[in-house]
Amino acid sequence: MKKKFHLSNLYLILVFAVLYLPILYLIFYSFNAGKTMDKFTGFSWQHYLTLFADTRMISIVINTVIIAVLSALIATLIGTFGALGIQQLRKRSLRNCILSLNNVLMVSPDVIIGASFLIFFTFLGIKLGFGSVLLSHIAFSIPIVVLMVLPKIDEMSQVMIDAAYDLGATKWQALTRVVLPAITPGIFAGYFMAFTYSLDDFAVTFFVTGNGFSTLSVEIYSRARQGIDLEVNALSTLMFVVSLLLVGGYYALTRYNESKKIHRARAAEEEISQ
Amino acid sequence: MKKLMIILAGILALCLVLFGINYEINLKSGSDTKKTLTIYNWGDYIDPSLITKFEHETGYHVDYETFDSNEAMLTKIKQGGTSYDLTVPSDYTVQRMRRQHLVDKLDKSKLPGLRNIDSRFMNLTFDPHNDYSVPYFWGTLGIVYNDKFVKRSQVEHWKQLWNPQFKNDIMLTDSARDMMAVALITLGYSVNSTNYHHLQQASQKLDQLAPNTKAVVADEIKMYMEQNEAPIAVTYSGEAAEMMSQNSHLHYVVPSEGSNMWFDNWVIPKTAKHKKAAYMFLNFMLEPKNAAQNAEYIGYSTPNKAAMKYLPSNVRNDKEFYPDNSTVAHLQVYRDLPLKVIGHYNDLFLEFKMFKK
Amino acid sequence: MKSKAAYLTPYFLWIALFVIAPMALILYQSFFSITGHFTFANYEEYLSSSVYLKMTFNSIWYALIITVLALAISYPTAYLINQLKNKQLWLLLIILPTWINLLLKTYAFIGLFSQNGSVNDFLRFVGLGSHQILFTDASFIFVATYIEIPFMILPIFNSLDELNPSLINASRDLGASNWQTFRRVIVPLTMPGVKAGFQAVFIPSLSLFMITRLIGGNRVITLGTAIEEHFLVTQNWGMGSTIGIILILAMFVVMFLTRDRKNRGGQIR
Repeated sequence: MKKKFHLSNLYLILVFAVLYLPILYLIFYSFNAGKTMDKFTGFSWQHYLTLFADTRMISIVINTVIIAVLSALIATLIGTFGALGIQQLRKRSLRNCILSLNNVLMVSPDVIIGASFLIFFTFLGIKLGFGSVLLSHIAFSIPIVVLMVLPKIDEMSQVMIDAAYDLGATKWQALTRVVLPAITPGIFAGYFMAFTYSLDDFAVTFFVTGNGFSTLSVEIYSRARQGIDLEVNALSTLMFVVSLLLVGGYYALTRYNESKKIHRARAAEEEISQ
Repeated sequence: MKKLMIILAGILALCLVLFGINYEINLKSGSDTKKTLTIYNWGDYIDPSLITKFEHETGYHVDYETFDSNEAMLTKIKQGGTSYDLTVPSDYTVQRMRRQHLVDKLDKSKLPGLRNIDSRFMNLTFDPHNDYSVPYFWGTLGIVYNDKFVKRSQVEHWKQLWNPQFKNDIMLTDSARDMMAVALITLGYSVNSTNYHHLQQASQKLDQLAPNTKAVVADEIKMYMEQNEAPIAVTYSGEAAEMMSQNSHLHYVVPSEGSNMWFDNWVIPKTAKHKKAAYMFLNFMLEPKNAAQNAEYIGYSTPNKAAMKYLPSNVRNDKEFYPDNSTVAHLQVYRDLPLKVIGHYNDLFLEFKMFKK
Repeated sequence: MKSKAAYLTPYFLWIALFVIAPMALILYQSFFSITGHFTFANYEEYLSSSVYLKMTFNSIWYALIITVLALAISYPTAYLINQLKNKQLWLLLIILPTWINLLLKTYAFIGLFSQNGSVNDFLRFVGLGSHQILFTDASFIFVATYIEIPFMILPIFNSLDELNPSLINASRDLGASNWQTFRRVIVPLTMPGVKAGFQAVFIPSLSLFMITRLIGGNRVITLGTAIEEHFLVTQNWGMGSTIGIILILAMFVVMFLTRDRKNRGGQIR
């Protein structure tokens, strides 16, 4: 038994090592005194200094984060309600049909999506810039949210909802007290995936942006013609560290809350027993 | 539910804070002023300190947006929805934009700096009277080799690339027009050929290069060559200059039998809203000292004759990057071909890429 | 019924505006030649050209390999993470690498795999000598799988997390071995997650492009590469749209094959 435990740990360590290998590589070279990612010539902070002096870059990063956070939020809202609606469809064929439509944006290459959105926006007379980029990111993030939330809803037992109704719950109460808590992990997964898609997207954003608005991916891809600057490595390192801290912080917070809850529950128990 | 609401509120608050910070940054750099100039350029294709200098001198704020290929830029300008005041298409794209009425005719009386441009680079086929475009940078297509593996005499001519000893050694640029040009020149045809048989022959010639081809890549070619991944590459002079500044074993050759000569040019799109500022910027960039500073920063060859004297002598006298008249005479500029022919070029190149397997 | 319509409105509006409208546009464009004439020639060319058929076959083949590999690596990973103490934290750590820009990670892989890269340094150190790693099928599949793994782990993890532990206990109590429990209880109950992962990985893998060039050196050409080229280089939007339609059809087929057959939701009602 003990040996098996070791083996499985080794496997996990290996998976994590491979997942993080290229990122550690990027971080390592962000401290390179030289200009490229192949020879480490000495330690230096120079790329970080360049980054902090580059207000255009900082502004672009903030734009990127706003778009990612906001588009993921709205996509999660629409997608979750969409998934709830799909689940209630009784006809299998209709359900499968809607699911297929749902997935069209996932299979279409970004260039096609970008080009058709561009035609669409100019046709409607929407000004290209923050708004059009936000709309597009919401649009291509919705399907992944649905894909993440739907299995959770399917697994949720209908009995629970029926029980809620039998106990006199309104539709709203059934939704907020029973359904949403049950599918929360799916919603979170959907949100994170939507966030990821938004951060990573280049082609769609490229087509629908304009009037001086830019995101990080567009900037990085455009710079590729001149070779990628280690300033971008420095930036990625910082973003990585910040997200690591956020994840750690979020986790510590939930742990703290949970332990407080348990504490309170115990205190209450003791009070009752006394 | 409460947890979800807290997170929702947290995300919205975060957005608000970020909006605030961004507004603050933009305020500092002065983008709220009405006097703005929107430039649409290749990524990292100008010395940023020149933009700052221009902003200081004129009080205009410069909005700088970037693209990564001519065709992508063209699509955006054609579709509308944006108003760029200046953009930088390559030669054949200038011709196409002209034909599609996407660019404004220049008022040359407002461009006194135009006389600084070398007369060899004016009035070229893609814009015969420079009525629409101002040359920005120029260069050639050629061969980069690594002297650790290959001697110069082995790669001075295009036909030497077919030498069986270079099996799996050559990196090609992922561009149908350029690679077909290599085959066409080797066969002694024009790089603008529309003759079906010539193209067929060129395609067969290119397919024979498959065994020697290591990979067909784009911008990454610089990185690969710097890291000694391959001994030989077919690429543009601008890319070559950058590789050579990183790896002293690399050298650049323009085959004497001929090659392509390319130009990136400023144009003012029809949809421009700040034309006065655009002219100011063009004149600013044509000033010899600024042009020289920019050329040193980017590493490409400048067509600005008056700027030459401000360049270091080793750059100015480099025969591969500033070739003499006899070499220039053999260089050919791409013309914009009919869409059907370009489609044919691309199909043949796609076949070549599939052929390699 | 009314409230249902209200909260579904945004979703159906989205389907109409951002799915059906662009799809109609692509379909419409696929009937136009490069010179702007209405024609079926794009479809004829696609179906008669050995280049395109070979490319289609290649795309499906590579996407299949990538998906199967990703599944083989992800399932045990998700299973093991699900048994860890702080599983939500570990899951977040799986997603975290995807927040670093893809192009940048690809450049890092180039640095690792190149002739003088870290991997070759290691191989030389161990005495295996240096090898050509870049521009091979293996390196392409490796990097593509790397990119897709988090998208596979997440849905599988979710379905494992949802699994009722009493079912596993019941199976054990009834005398099933670990393996039997796994095969008869855990695997069938996590199938929805596996299917969601399959869809989330296989479908985008059909249209991979950038890494086919950067890591594969254009030795691997997928449908995505061809579309990219038609839209951005040739400006032959007609042909690009035609291939796009083929991809959408392929997606419908995949969806049909991985559809939910058990009709679970309906039965209970």
